Amino acid sequence: MNLTLRIWRQAGPRHQGELRTYKVKDISPDMSFLEMLDVLNEQLNAAGEEPIAFDSDCREGICGTCGLMISGEAHGPEKTTTCQLHMRSFSDGEVITIEPWRANAFPVIKDLVVDRGAFDRIIQAGGYISVNTGSAPDAHATPVPKRNADRAFQAAECIQCGACVAACPNASAMLFLGSKVTHLAELPQGQPERMARVVKMVDQHDAEGFGGCTNVGACSQACPKGIPQDVISTLNFDLRTALRGNR
Amino acid sequence: MFGKTENAGVVHGLYTDGEPIADTKAPAGPIADMWRTRQFEAALVNPSNRRKLDVIMVGTGLAGASGAATLGEAGYNVKVFCYQDSPRRAHSIAAQGGINAAKNYKEDGDSVYRLFYDTVKGGDYRARESNVYRLAEVSANIIDQCVAQGVPFAREYGGLLDNRSFGGVQVSRTFYARGQTGQQLLIGAYQALERQVAEGTVQQFSRHEMLELIVVDGRARGIIARDLVTGAIETHVADAVVLASGGYGNVFFLSTNAMGSNVTATWRAHRKGAYMANPCYTQIHPTCIPVSGEHQSKLTLMSESLRNDGRIWVPKNREDCDKDPRDIPEEDRDYYLERIYPSFGNLVPRDIASRQAKNVCDDGRGVGPLVGDFRRGVYLDFSDAIQRLGAAAVEAKYGNLFDMYARITGENPYQVPMRIYPAVHYVMGGLWVDYDLQSTIPGLFVTGEANFSDHGANRLGASALMQGLADGYFVLPNTIRDYLAKGPFTPLAADDPAVAEARGSVERRTARLLEINGERSVDSFHKELGMIMWEYCGMERTEEGLLKAVDLIRGLREEFWRNVRVLGSADTLNQSLEKAGRVADFLELGELMCIDALHRRESCGGHFRAESQTEDGEAMRNDDDFLYVAAWEFHGGDGDGEMGTPVLHKEDLVYEAIELKQRSYK
Ligand SMILES: Cc1cc2nc3c(=O)[nH]c(=O)nc-3n(C[C@H](O)[C@H](O)[C@H](O)COP(=O)(O)OP(=O)(O)OC[C@H]3O[C@@H](n4cnc5c(N)ncnc54)[C@H](O)[C@@H]3O)c2cc1C
Ligand code: SF4
Ligand code: FES
Repeated sequence: MNLTLRIWRQAGPRHQGELRTYKVKDISPDMSFLEMLDVLNEQLNAAGEEPIAFDSDCREGICGTCGLMISGEAHGPEKTTTCQLHMRSFSDGEVITIEPWRANAFPVIKDLVVDRGAFDRIIQAGGYISVNTGSAPDAHATPVPKRNADRAFQAAECIQCGACVAACPNASAMLFLGSKVTHLAELPQGQPERMARVVKMVDQHDAEGFGGCTNVGACSQACPKGIPQDVISTLNFDLRTALRGNR
Repeated sequence: MFGKTENAGVVHGLYTDGEPIADTKAPAGPIADMWRTRQFEAALVNPSNRRKLDVIMVGTGLAGASGAATLGEAGYNVKVFCYQDSPRRAHSIAAQGGINAAKNYKEDGDSVYRLFYDTVKGGDYRARESNVYRLAEVSANIIDQCVAQGVPFAREYGGLLDNRSFGGVQVSRTFYARGQTGQQLLIGAYQALERQVAEGTVQQFSRHEMLELIVVDGRARGIIARDLVTGAIETHVADAVVLASGGYGNVFFLSTNAMGSNVTATWRAHRKGAYMANPCYTQIHPTCIPVSGEHQSKLTLMSESLRNDGRIWVPKNREDCDKDPRDIPEEDRDYYLERIYPSFGNLVPRDIASRQAKNVCDDGRGVGPLVGDFRRGVYLDFSDAIQRLGAAAVEAKYGNLFDMYARITGENPYQVPMRIYPAVHYVMGGLWVDYDLQSTIPGLFVTGEANFSDHGANRLGASALMQGLADGYFVLPNTIRDYLAKGPFTPLAADDPAVAEARGSVERRTARLLEINGERSVDSFHKELGMIMWEYCGMERTEEGLLKAVDLIRGLREEFWRNVRVLGSADTLNQSLEKAGRVADFLELGELMCIDALHRRESCGGHFRAESQTEDGEAMRNDDDFLYVAAWEFHGGDGDGEMGTPVLHKEDLVYEAIELKQRSYK
């Protein structure tokens, strides 16, 4: 198939960006979206124009590196990561607009590449269980009810991609944050630091410039891992409990 | 068969013999006591001195993140590097199946000794006993540590941890977190690491790539790294350097590795004096989604567990290859693994399943689209399983894998048989290390897939995750202190000649790559190299093919440095430049891999030499001549892309706890 691509080009963090139009021909429906961009980049390189910068690494939908706004949808029209999106989801002659994640807390580095360092700093603020190597008890010492283990697992599936932020009209990172808080709050090992954790992480979230949550739900819809919105309820519940000083 | 002929590598002057490696520094005494002895004998570092000692960790996968976090907790000053934008994206994240540990929670007869035995046998008797025993010993502690960190392993209804059997072993010792064990383990290690970043013991350098090792007076003292965002070339000095930079499977271009996986960190160290061990030992995984076209950028693994219920076949007749498989009657199908290996059938080890798939495709009976003029694929058919168990039961077991397959290929595996083909997946080779995980450069330690130590010529499923975390959490922190106790070493000035030399060489190389401005893209060189490697140094290797490959690679490397086109500048994010540096190193590594494969005139594990097979086509080891680790020393060639003649050092393998046998699966 033949496609028209309108792609965000921006030379650096402090440069003005713009949408530029490119054409690609003979794209096979079996190609992935990023392979289609690889083809375009080979074309640009041959023509002497600098290839378009975009992020990807595993190309298997698990590392969370990739992430593009594709015609206004985070990760494009399917419920998956950008790297797992295939060209059979598009049709011949289509015009596709490709932009980076847009959020104040994710400044553009170049073209389609953004800086998601804010996520690491939120984890640094408390997204862990404090246990030094070597001091752990036997793994069977504390059984975990399967229900809690399963919910912890579901929340822990977050790949830290940032699509939830990109999809949210407030650029809030509450789904990402809620998934981490829920993962650790469901486990017995996560209890001792539970209240302190949520307060520190929310403070860091706000300091990074992410917006507040107004229950729009676009995050969960865009999330390639299907993280449910109820992790935000758990987050809010824990935050209220902590601020009341109940625990 | 090889007669009493001279090794072709010697005849053609491709390598020379050097001194054997005399000592691996494993403590004397019975194998079961070695680790305790070493931990006791390794010197201690006074807690108040630790913060005066700087350690550089390159890599944040399971090996790197766990090591850096643990060293940070101990109070050392750690700097940690990764090329991704966050440590949590290292390629360990992609591991699906699980992690082994000798917990014996199932009371099915597992033990440290059995895990040790299985690993040595699985490695086709080409691994070092002392290291593997220690790996099995510390495996149980890994699970304890991960659970305490909040890793959500699969559990049973009673709340205890679940296990499964994996990769053809007879005990259930594999812990797992659905199909994403790697991600969950890495998140555990990443969170421990971020906690240390917050504590101030670890400084994190994401989007940084190590491009050179600094060696001063024979010791590793730091690295030169490029900030991939600003392009700045940075010097980082330390008292010790650890490389946990993962595997180099991407030398084949197409592999299940991440796009950025590379050999640069270890290859630069190799050029500075660290020996590279068994570089030709590559694991080719049988169940991957086949190549669909010439624009394919990477291959995707489908879990090995599929072979428990799927039946593998190809048409008996070439004319049937482009038919709808459902129209091919039973009597015209060749279930070749069941035919050749009646007792193991579809569950033969990875190396065997892969090679037989290649054989039937080479025979013109492959299926799927023509790529070039060749069909690379075999059927993995679930119709029997669906009939026997029902579609719902198959979905419950494999639903997520079927979905992934459908998303990538656009075909519905409940209705049409899946197509699979082998793909490069893991490398057993890597930098040579002693019992302490120290390379031949004092102060340079190597952990995880980047070293060679534990898997011999073939790795068993679920044991790479185990090794990465064993190295990082438990082994390295104990052995590196013996070295650090001798420090802090003399402070290095920025204008120290060794530092200036390392920095200068990186700057020159970067400038040169941008100046060539030839006609071919970096990817086109990478693809061509991959094709050469796959053809001649892939699943089946011959003397003739390997000699040819060496010539082809040399020619390609020469062209690369004359005709590559890298646009953009050095002082911004420049992904073509990053790739160019990596491919330049692959072009050197590829040659050494071929020389290693050429010199090893036997078949073992993933290394199959067509000249060394039994009458019925099975791999034949030659313990008389090749019971050793091949550790290669870099020689000569200062300019970019220039290599001299490597020198071979042999470390003899001694089996005291385990008896040598030929593997057989018939
Ligand atoms: C698809 C897939 C599935 C797998 N499944 C399993 C499984 O089920 N069980 C199992 O046991 N094993 C499995 N393996 C193997 C296992 O995942 C890997 O061997 C292991 O995770 C490697 O860990 P590592 O820490 O050594 O390296 P990696 O996780 O690869 O990390 C390498 C690190 O080094 C950094 N780095 C590399 N080069 C540089 C440089 N030049 N400068 C700076 N930083 C650099 C990277 O940024 C990264 O942080 C699988 C592998 C693949 C590919
Ligand atoms: S919650 Fe979903 S969308 Fe948000 S970062 Fe995690 S995986 Fe991505
Ligand atoms: S590149 Fe890893 S999730 Fe897309």
